[in-house]
Amino acid sequence: MTDALSRLLETRDWLLADGATGTNLFNMGLTAGEAPELWNDEHPDRIRLLYQSAVDAGSDLFLTNSFGGNASRLKLHGADGRVRELNRQAAEIGREVADKAAHPVIVAGSVGPTGEIMSPMGTLTHETAVEMFHEQAEGLKEGGVDVLWVETISATEELRAAAEAFAMAGMPWCGTMSFDTAGRTMMGVTSADMVKLVGKLPNQPIAFGANCGVGASDLLRTILGFAAAGPERPIIAKGNAGIPRYHEGHIHYDGTPELMAEYAILARDAGATIIGGCCGTMSEHLRLMRDALENRPRGERPTLEIIAELLGKFSSTSDGTGDDQTPVRRGNRRSRS
Amino acid sequence: MADDEIILSELDDEELVAQMFDDLYDGLKEEIEEGVNILLERGWTPYDILTKALVGGMTIVGADFRDGILFVPEVLLAANAMKGGMTILKPLLAETGAPRVGKMVIGTVKGDIHDIGKNLVSMMMEGAGFEVVDLGINNAVEKYLDALESEKPDILGMSALLTTTMPYMKVVIDTMKEKGIRDDYIVLVGGAPLNEEFGRAIGADAYCRDAAVAVETAKSLVARKHNQPAAH
Repeated sequence: MTDALSRLLETRDWLLADGATGTNLFNMGLTAGEAPELWNDEHPDRIRLLYQSAVDAGSDLFLTNSFGGNASRLKLHGADGRVRELNRQAAEIGREVADKAAHPVIVAGSVGPTGEIMSPMGTLTHETAVEMFHEQAEGLKEGGVDVLWVETISATEELRAAAEAFAMAGMPWCGTMSFDTAGRTMMGVTSADMVKLVGKLPNQPIAFGANCGVGASDLLRTILGFAAAGPERPIIAKGNAGIPRYHEGHIHYDGTPELMAEYAILARDAGATIIGGCCGTMSEHLRLMRDALENRPRGERPTLEIIAELLGKFSSTSDGTGDDQTPVRRGNRRSRS
Repeated sequence: MADDEIILSELDDEELVAQMFDDLYDGLKEEIEEGVNILLERGWTPYDILTKALVGGMTIVGADFRDGILFVPEVLLAANAMKGGMTILKPLLAETGAPRVGKMVIGTVKGDIHDIGKNLVSMMMEGAGFEVVDLGINNAVEKYLDALESEKPDILGMSALLTTTMPYMKVVIDTMKEKGIRDDYIVLVGGAPLNEEFGRAIGADAYCRDAAVAVETAKSLVARKHNQPAAH
């Protein structure tokens, strides 16, 4: 175990990750449609502040401002030629903040999806996807991240491509998928499917899990699904602070800091080791999450009923795992004999 | 399909349409094209084939997508099969002057690259008989306004997947209000991070959770709009 995250995991039985990036940058003046990654160059002070606020709130790990830092996304802003530079900057600012922190802090290089559908269903080939992820990975590595962190993935092909690219960069990595459609990813991947997929990857992640999705309740149902499938690696839970509402010209997520503290405890009891927030999670949420994780004892693995009672209802009745009542697809007369 | 016992041309009309529903569901493009050609040979009007066979089949696909039984890959396959049938029917529909359900201009907002959901909506809307003008990704407010003026659609559809881009929908709606054209159109919004309340708060007519809901909502709002006396 030579990497910093694995070393930290050996000494701790939970880690607090960070919260939102996009939502927090909005509050610093990012306007809708702007590429947050350009701020690594234009407003490094604001990005430093973003990282610092997570560290000050007690995060053991934060993600860099590089979610949309691949060529496919940066192209929209005419910045596809700046992948390496923008990712390196995102990482360098992070390195600087982490190295000054009073407690050990892991800098995780955020890598988001390409936004394209991979072949055969779509047009993005495996080779091109690997190339894009690799380019971004090299920039983040150059800037000094401890670990690469691919997130909000919905297709198994894309996770595989990222894993392959990270092996090329020779970097340890973590990966999370977004389970936002009836408890599965948009592409139909269940929590149990992801455990199987991760187990078969030639380049194994340090930890894996779920981020974003719908609300905190749905995310915990996914964590229970991971745990039930008996994974061999630590589980990551990074759920949204409730759901977005539009309030006086601002996006505001309705999950309170108290609710997110409850979520953090339940996530740990459900089997997650790395616990953080996603969209809408601000430093006040992180502070209460830290406090709860430090001061409240571990409990039993929560049931779905308890999660729904404490955090709110699920977005769908089932999530396609276990012996639940997921309706099955129609048969075709062609296959009947 | 060599081991396939079903010969489409041997089925009667009712069985054939039922089989086409199954084949659309399974995304079997060649089988759908064959089915469309058989129905044309049997004297069906292009419009009947569209509404009774293709739209009927896509309605089932849409319902199962909405209910979490089918996911994006299956719906893309089904839409692709439908497109095969549509390619045959489109020129014929234009010739026969089939009734039009409505017209939609749709696009992903500025700063956002995501078009998977938007493409699904386009395909499902076309499948339901709407004419769709797709503006693609990364649309600034000017692009939406130009398209509204040149295309004169009934509906404007906007899509966003990111927390950093979803507020842009409000920029577009606010600009439409300033120009006094907001109420000339039905505005539908969608995308993973959105919800009904968000749609209402930014001034859209409706938030559509998925492509199937978009079609249902579009149909009912267009019908309501057409039943209203002209406002000016």
